[in-house]
Amino acid sequence: MTVNQISIFIENKSGTLVKVLKFLKDEGIQLIASTIADTAEYGIFRIICSEPERAYQSLKAAGVAVSLCEVFAIQLDDIPGRAADAIELFASEGISIAYLYSFLLNGNGVLIFRTDNADKAREVIEKNNLKVIPEKDLSLLL
Amino acid sequence: MIWNQSKECLSPEHMREYQSKMLYKMVDYVYHNVPFYRNKLQEMDLTPNDIHSIDDIVKLPFTIKQDMRDNYPFGLQAAPSSEIIRIHASSGTTGNPTIVGYTRKDVGIWSECMSRCLTAYGVNRNDIFSVAYGYGLFTGGLGVHYGVENLGAAVLPASTGGTEKHVRLIRDLGVTGIACTPSYALHLAETMENMGIRKDQLKLRIGAFGAEPWTDAMRDEIEERLGLNAFNLYGLSEIMGPCVSYECECQQGSHINWDHYFPEIVDPVTLEPVPYGQPGELVFTTLTKEGMPLLRYRTRDLCTLYNEPCSCGRTSPRMGRLLGRSDDMLIIRGINVFPSQVESVILTMPECAPHYQLIVDRVNNIDTLTVQVEVRQDYFAQGFDTFEPIFNLEKQLTNRLKSVLSIRAKVEVKQPGTLPRSEGKNKFVIDKRILK
Repeated sequence: MTVNQISIFIENKSGTLVKVLKFLKDEGIQLIASTIADTAEYGIFRIICSEPERAYQSLKAAGVAVSLCEVFAIQLDDIPGRAADAIELFASEGISIAYLYSFLLNGNGVLIFRTDNADKAREVIEKNNLKVIPEKDLSLLL
Repeated sequence: MIWNQSKECLSPEHMREYQSKMLYKMVDYVYHNVPFYRNKLQEMDLTPNDIHSIDDIVKLPFTIKQDMRDNYPFGLQAAPSSEIIRIHASSGTTGNPTIVGYTRKDVGIWSECMSRCLTAYGVNRNDIFSVAYGYGLFTGGLGVHYGVENLGAAVLPASTGGTEKHVRLIRDLGVTGIACTPSYALHLAETMENMGIRKDQLKLRIGAFGAEPWTDAMRDEIEERLGLNAFNLYGLSEIMGPCVSYECECQQGSHINWDHYFPEIVDPVTLEPVPYGQPGELVFTTLTKEGMPLLRYRTRDLCTLYNEPCSCGRTSPRMGRLLGRSDDMLIIRGINVFPSQVESVILTMPECAPHYQLIVDRVNNIDTLTVQVEVRQDYFAQGFDTFEPIFNLEKQLTNRLKSVLSIRAKVEVKQPGTLPRSEGKNKFVIDKRILK
């Protein structure tokens, strides 16, 4: 039900991001979606990419502070307000969204997010028949 | 066990009497045999007759490493060259090497003091003791070697290098004791593990480690990986070599052989004496040395002396762990800060790699201290995905540093592999106040 996301700890200073991106380039890893969370001093670069397992292992071997996490990827119909409806379902169950970002897939929006309670979130997704994107479909994009 | 009950357990009153007598003799000896000291004493309007008790030691001039370099090679030697039977030399990476000549009596006292150390660790005549300090100009190898022989155990003069062969000998001969630097002990453990030899195949039970600073965490690791009890051994070639102080079974600091090497603690800035229980720079006066006796030699080592009675029965004062070098001391907002204090805090944090950097600056006329630490790469592998662990690390480090340093430091967490690695100690400190 989840897709793999790479999370990388970087310092919030010039040059750190490009270093990671160049590394992925040299490894032949392609980005599908990404986001950066930042504080004054630190950043976390989160990536959905091709071959996440290989990307994770090679970043780890290179000494990068990296982790592989499972996040939800849900497709929404191209109608205004669908994101609000979806998140409302989680909120009403008392589930908090830790972070969220989105991208377009074949004209439809995709929400990538992590919650504070993965098991409960799974139940909500199943109960409401939310359209989950399998990881293999993401690779088909490339 | 105690090697020399009558000296190591002498009542403080009797020891004081003895030390007072020896200090007078020592001052008289250098006054008449070392022009350097005669000149210094005369400049201060002092003669040996001004020494009435050991308390008068505070009247005497200090000696520093530079004095040895300035009087290279034999200027500080008191005994005639016909009496010298051994010469050691320090590395001398920053100038002339330091030359120390020993008479036969000096080598005898060295062996005696070293035997006291070994006996305190539990070494006896049945042991096979491997000396893995370097043999040669460095005092470590030969110093321990003579002590082991004097005690009557069998010495294996392994020296450094040839580690695989050494491990094989430790196993095949049933070596029970070893002396080396703590980092060499870890190297030995690693070599052993790579060779597929388990610690239960060895008979090692005692380790004497010194010649470089080490922590309790290193002690635990060495004990665990080599399966022995690890003891501290302190010494410096200017004063004698390894044998100056040693841990007993209580391991509450290292007992000083103070019938031969009289310790003082002074404030490294004002040079005023500091009482027992408070940290400062360690200073030694040799009370019995003939070859190159020294008055109030400033070791640059920072530590605390304790004189509470030890349950082992020895009456000598004990040195606490070395806190650093007075050369490295920083004064931040009027507080003395040693990089080693910061290091000791960082080493207790499992999330941190053992690499750090201190940045001292002055912002709006106020000194600031920033401590940069590297997070361990594998720390993030454990499902990390938010800033929370980083903030927790910052907070914990800030609190612990505050309680150890008594000043607030700003903590910056760095990516793995970004801070300079340990080659020269001074690289760890960037003092921008001086550069301005």
